[in-house]
Amino acid sequence: MEGHKDVLFGLYDDEDDLIHAIQKAQKDHLDIHDVFTPFPVHGLDEVMGLSESRLHIAGFVYGALGTLTAFLFMSWVFTRDWPIIFGGKPYWSVPAFIPITFELTVLFSCVGMVITYYTVCGMGPGADNPTLHDRITDDKFCLAFNVSDSSKEEIDSLKGFLSGTGATELNIKTI
Amino acid sequence: MSHHPIISPLRHTLITGDKTYHQITEDICAPAEKAPSKAWVIAFILSVVTLSFGIFCILWTIWMGIGTWDLNRTIGWGWDITNFVWWIGIGHAGTLISAILLLFRQKWRTGVNRAAEAMTIFAVMCAGLFPLIHMGRLWLAIFIFPYPNTRGPLWVNFNSPLLWDVFAISTYFTVSLLFWYTGLVPDLATLRDRSTGLRRKIYSFVSFGWTGSAKHWQRFESLSLILAGIATPLVLSVHTIVSFDFATSVIPGWHTTIFPPYFVAGAIFSGFAMVQTLMLITRKVLKLHDYITLQHIESMNKVIVLTGTMVGVAYLTELFISWYSQYPYEQFAFYNRATGIYFWSYVGMMGCNVLAPQIFWIEKYRRSITLTFFMSIFINIGMWFERFVIIVTTLARDYLPSSWSYYVPTWVEIGIYLGTFGLFFTLYLIFTRVAPVVAIAEVKSILKTSGSQYTGPANRDHFDPADVEKVTAHAHAHDDDHH
Repeated sequence: MEGHKDVLFGLYDDEDDLIHAIQKAQKDHLDIHDVFTPFPVHGLDEVMGLSESRLHIAGFVYGALGTLTAFLFMSWVFTRDWPIIFGGKPYWSVPAFIPITFELTVLFSCVGMVITYYTVCGMGPGADNPTLHDRITDDKFCLAFNVSDSSKEEIDSLKGFLSGTGATELNIKTI
Repeated sequence: MSHHPIISPLRHTLITGDKTYHQITEDICAPAEKAPSKAWVIAFILSVVTLSFGIFCILWTIWMGIGTWDLNRTIGWGWDITNFVWWIGIGHAGTLISAILLLFRQKWRTGVNRAAEAMTIFAVMCAGLFPLIHMGRLWLAIFIFPYPNTRGPLWVNFNSPLLWDVFAISTYFTVSLLFWYTGLVPDLATLRDRSTGLRRKIYSFVSFGWTGSAKHWQRFESLSLILAGIATPLVLSVHTIVSFDFATSVIPGWHTTIFPPYFVAGAIFSGFAMVQTLMLITRKVLKLHDYITLQHIESMNKVIVLTGTMVGVAYLTELFISWYSQYPYEQFAFYNRATGIYFWSYVGMMGCNVLAPQIFWIEKYRRSITLTFFMSIFINIGMWFERFVIIVTTLARDYLPSSWSYYVPTWVEIGIYLGTFGLFFTLYLIFTRVAPVVAIAEVKSILKTSGSQYTGPANRDHFDPADVEKVTAHAHAHDDDHH
């Protein structure tokens, strides 16, 4: 893992203040470390210029894997491994395979996506990611800058930027 | 900074009491952070006692054998499968609310989805119990899974609806659980950040290291949307497959193509009724009136009157088709349901499911809490009768009059049914103590569009016509992006 970072962050009381601060930071060419919010703020990813999540591609691949697993396995069992006639139907009775094929498609896609989501976010049972402030999961909107290699003047100008855009609380935390 | 929020006198209010973000956190976290109330303790003791009696009855069944139930050669499915279908039907509302209403962008979903999803998971657990114990030899239950075995390997019958059920219900349970827990993680992090000591350690562990980073929220929303997209057909598939248990047989009254849509509508109907029962108690006991408002109750009553009427149309269609088929066995099956030895269950079904909910066409009744509560109980009873009618009434009068039979449950069967209520309420009561009953983050995300200080006719004076232009201009800019 990477070493410790010094993070300067400002807390805003309103998501609109946060969005305007981000827009101003981009205009000023400031390098934002991260943004933390208590709920998904509408349009935040667009403002920050985050690229679209690719989870849906993963979901499709897992789903397709489930489809193939179910269909090929049932086909193998009833045509190769142990062919049995049920109700005078052909061995390879495709319509009867549809329900289980569908269920496994959904199951693989869902389980796969959830595991992928937690893995790429670095989360999981017992994961202990550092948090900047306890009110971020309550009502504060946080804009953070990485100031590990910044001079005192740079830090002061970032502080000025944060309070100038309406941050109600400033702090530096090593994470 | 003066960004005044946009006021809309036309929008419905979904959060009353002019809440701030912090108040929302305080209000919803309170039940999990305070000592339990006396009502909770009494309810919990009752639930655990009922559950214990249910466990005793299940052990009695396993020890003594399935003969402790009054099933016979003619009526091979009784309360066991009736209860199974009833519980699994109830388990349809949660994922429907979270998945389908998410796709339709229904904001009222946020007030009730968390508790409804929890209810779904607990109801599916109650449902899953019945097919397992009705096998009689519980220790052979693993035989329902296709695993390599020393009997050949002899595989399960993939062409059987009973096996499709195994896959459908285990998939539904898994997906509902993951969907629910994924939504719960940010709120568990809220509880974590408000607690200290051991509580903080525990909530840290279960909140998976959530930080609230913008990228995580973006992925979270993407994940929720796709899970909703795949859970929607899943919800519909589960009761479709349950209905196949009946529809693929050659029993008159069961062998009908209307069963899948009819079962799905019935499942949503009974699920919403159970959500109403639970929500009305929850909002009162946990004082969540500001988050589960009359608007929510009315919306759910609209779903109830719609699905109840769909179920009614299905009942009448069945009757019509049995007459139109000119097939005497089919005609007898339905004549027998309405006028035979179990006519009272048919009356209960028609009265509670079709007639009673029709009062919800009237707005005043849709918004009456007392009436909604009694109606939700009625519907739960009516939907139980529906399954009883389909299963027991049909089996009691089969092709051979010499094998006609009657069935009443034993104390063991009744005890197991009561026991599932014990299980359901024990789990639900624990849930209200350890996790936020309302989705905190989701409610906050709709505050500025649905909070009482921003919406409703009361705010007409604060409405600024300039906002309309601002919003329209924004919308046009978005349209241009897409073209």
